[in-house]
Amino acid sequence: MGIEGIGARVARKEDKRFITGKGRYTDDMSVPGMKHAAFVRSPHAHAVIKGIDTSEAKKMPGVIGVLAGAEMKTDGIGSLICGWMIHSKDGSPMNMGDWRPLAETKVRYVGDAVAIVVADTKAQARDAAEAVKVDYEVLPAVTSAVDALKPGAPQIHDNAPGNQIYDWEIGDLDAVDKAIASAAHVTTLDIVNNRLVPNAMEPRAALGVYDEAEDHYTCWTTSQNPHVARLVMSAFYNVAPENKLRVIAPDVGGGFGSKIYIYPEEITCLWASKKTGVPVKWVADRTESFLTDAHGRDHVTTIKMAFDADNKITALKADTIANLGAYMSLFSSVVPTYLHAILYSGQYVIPAIHCNMRTAYTNTVPVDAYRGAGRPETTYALERVVETAARELGVSPAELRRKNFIREWPYQTPVILQYDSGDYEASLDAAMKAADYDGFPERKAEAESRGKKRGIGMSCYIEACGIAPSQAIGSLGAGVGLWESAEIRVNAVGTVEILTGSHSHGQGHETTFAQLVSDRFGVPIDSVSVVHGDTDKVQMGMGTYGSRSGPVGMSAVVKALDKVEKKAKMIAAHLLEADESDIVIENGQVKVAGTDKALGWHEVALNAYTAHNLPADMEPGLKETAFFDPANFSFPAGCHICEVEVDPDTGKVEIVQFVASDDFGNIINPMIVEGQVHGGLAQGIGQALLENASYDPETGQLLTASYMDYTMPRADDLPSYHVSNTVTPSPLNPLGIKGCGEAGAIGSPPALINAITDAIGNNNLNMPATPQRVWAAINAA
Amino acid sequence: MSKVEMTVNGRTVSAEVEDRTLLVNFLRENLNLTGTHVGCDTSQCGACVVHVDGKAVKSCTMLAAQASGSEITTIEGLAAGGELHPVQAAFREHHGLQCGFCTPGMIMAATDMINRYGGKLDEKTVRAELDGNICRCTGYHNIVKAILAAAEEMSGSAKVAAE
Repeated sequence: MGIEGIGARVARKEDKRFITGKGRYTDDMSVPGMKHAAFVRSPHAHAVIKGIDTSEAKKMPGVIGVLAGAEMKTDGIGSLICGWMIHSKDGSPMNMGDWRPLAETKVRYVGDAVAIVVADTKAQARDAAEAVKVDYEVLPAVTSAVDALKPGAPQIHDNAPGNQIYDWEIGDLDAVDKAIASAAHVTTLDIVNNRLVPNAMEPRAALGVYDEAEDHYTCWTTSQNPHVARLVMSAFYNVAPENKLRVIAPDVGGGFGSKIYIYPEEITCLWASKKTGVPVKWVADRTESFLTDAHGRDHVTTIKMAFDADNKITALKADTIANLGAYMSLFSSVVPTYLHAILYSGQYVIPAIHCNMRTAYTNTVPVDAYRGAGRPETTYALERVVETAARELGVSPAELRRKNFIREWPYQTPVILQYDSGDYEASLDAAMKAADYDGFPERKAEAESRGKKRGIGMSCYIEACGIAPSQAIGSLGAGVGLWESAEIRVNAVGTVEILTGSHSHGQGHETTFAQLVSDRFGVPIDSVSVVHGDTDKVQMGMGTYGSRSGPVGMSAVVKALDKVEKKAKMIAAHLLEADESDIVIENGQVKVAGTDKALGWHEVALNAYTAHNLPADMEPGLKETAFFDPANFSFPAGCHICEVEVDPDTGKVEIVQFVASDDFGNIINPMIVEGQVHGGLAQGIGQALLENASYDPETGQLLTASYMDYTMPRADDLPSYHVSNTVTPSPLNPLGIKGCGEAGAIGSPPALINAITDAIGNNNLNMPATPQRVWAAINAA
Repeated sequence: MSKVEMTVNGRTVSAEVEDRTLLVNFLRENLNLTGTHVGCDTSQCGACVVHVDGKAVKSCTMLAAQASGSEITTIEGLAAGGELHPVQAAFREHHGLQCGFCTPGMIMAATDMINRYGGKLDEKTVRAELDGNICRCTGYHNIVKAILAAAEEMSGSAKVAAE
């Protein structure tokens, strides 16, 4: 590696604008004539709309327009869709209820948009929104998926009888039931995976600009995947044809999944811009974010794990009900199925696996992918049941895991997936060493002498990143392909532009992608620019989520670099009168190996563009494009160990040590990878200790709709982390990368809950393990 | 309407604003200083922290009219003469930011914190002091590192200046 190449701990190129206040987020954008929008939202969880009276609102100061759903429907704006078809086990397609961007006849959750108000200022728009009178006939509401599936529950969508979206299964139920019946030991656990709000710090926003002269729309929006936004808004929502719609996702302040989806607001701002003749900007306030950003998790599971007399796992059975909220968000259907159920082998050889998944509509915010998306839910259930089994069997949790580890790769699980590579024992050993696992009994005794209950817990997780290949996911119901594109433009002076369909909203692509070029051509990263987030600049891309920017996005860059390198070498060979196979590129020089004949990188670039002396038949220029569609997912894995002290008088949990040993394959920039792990751990610890989206079950009101009610992890809630890596490169992409974005959020919740239950001696504990719950569990033990 | 006049990043500014205009909106919309962010509207997240007469203040909690007559420093005014402030430099050096949205508020709060403690900070104090600033990306690990490093750098240079 060079000092700025692959593997280098390079400080980020993009930081300067952020630390000096020069970041450009959607709310920072301003265009001439721009006006401000506020949405009229349902205060009821479930109600029939009997009428909407906008007359008073239209007379309010500064108001330019008040628009409701009926008009939108007349204009042909389409309903929101879920982009992944899942079929129930009886063969029937999932029941997708109609989701209008502005509800016309019925509202189904508190926050459902009913109308948009456009005014001179944001304050005026809000004032006028409050003056819109909506006549609601309030209906009974249901917020829990378990309750929604019970007979007699309020019916939310006409085409989803009993509120069921699908009843899906995977695996061999007979084999699993036989194995359980003949097992030496079966551990059963009832698990709740608590509902979370992603809470990117930048609230969602959209600025829609309609240009009448060109009949063209521009949308600045807080998106993780602007190209998908354009595709969906064109193909399904009939906002405009793709060539008449430009989507720009400028600096985006975090996403964690919540900014993948195309929401009603951006569609409505674009449409309203045409209707009112002014550019329309909307920025969510925090409560609006709580009420409308897709939530995450919300599973209720019964899991069983069967063992033979030698403590080898013989079967696993998981039965889950998942809450998908009031409507099916863009990828909501795949999260509990192909991002969750097929991960149930974990790091273990399990001969028989079966998972049944029922999903339900409720009168809550739609639920979709949030950091880890399905995989944290799997890992939480699996790693708690393994730890519980170890306690029941009276064996070491580490040794029970070790005994059952997969040890040969590629490994075919019984539930579709084939793992690429790994060494789970290496991660376990590294984590146990870093945590001084063997020294725990001494520390526990010392804590006891101070009146504290000390516990240790671990989790050995597996993740699946870079969902692929396109053909395979298409056969499983995906409505899109999941490749990535890249274009490398070498300018005439040798500087380089990378155009990528990946989108950075904190991940540091402007640095790590540039490191690939620096590594290849020896040019400094300051001579490399990364262009992303604009559908006018980058032809097509699938965006950033599920740790796909490394294994998929960077691989596309590598493929394009291969082509550029080949052409550069041909040009150099021609100019230096050498054989192409003798040309090497080192430290910004293009050389004939073993001689002093060399050209500067910039000279080769200049020659490509002057085209005065190119090989016969070669086209001028030095610019190449590539698409990369991986052969399979990549499978990061690792071991997290958490040690806690619990105050038995108050139930307060203190994390005294958190160790993560992760295998992400090869690493481009260790500093950035560590940062991803830290952030993931904080979100996982937040889920385990603090966070919960709580609904009033009667009224369907979200009780935790601000930072005064929803407990975001703060600096003094969290420890410093000990993170390290083991490496088994993925054989599935040219860089050997596996992905690192979700690992922290996947591995940490079970490690933490295993530690707390170890400390208090009561396994009956749900997340978030608040002091109240922990205290109650101690006193029930 | 209220007439407000204040010094922002060394420049005197004045305007007629609606009475209900918050300082953060005045900075962002009237002065186009968009480095100060709004993250929560309830004075919890600290993305809007600026310095008012040398003290860290959540600018979503203060009316522009209340700040009239004050001296305001925003993130845009922190670096002097093209040189990054030591806290800004430390956030970059220690990877104390990812998406960058909370960063201006974090840096303004951290600068105030270091000033108040005269550079004498430890991890526990930094974590407690950061209670009013929320970050969703970094898990705070590197923010804490960056602030401790900046505190050391600033107290070191303060000592040199004193000598």
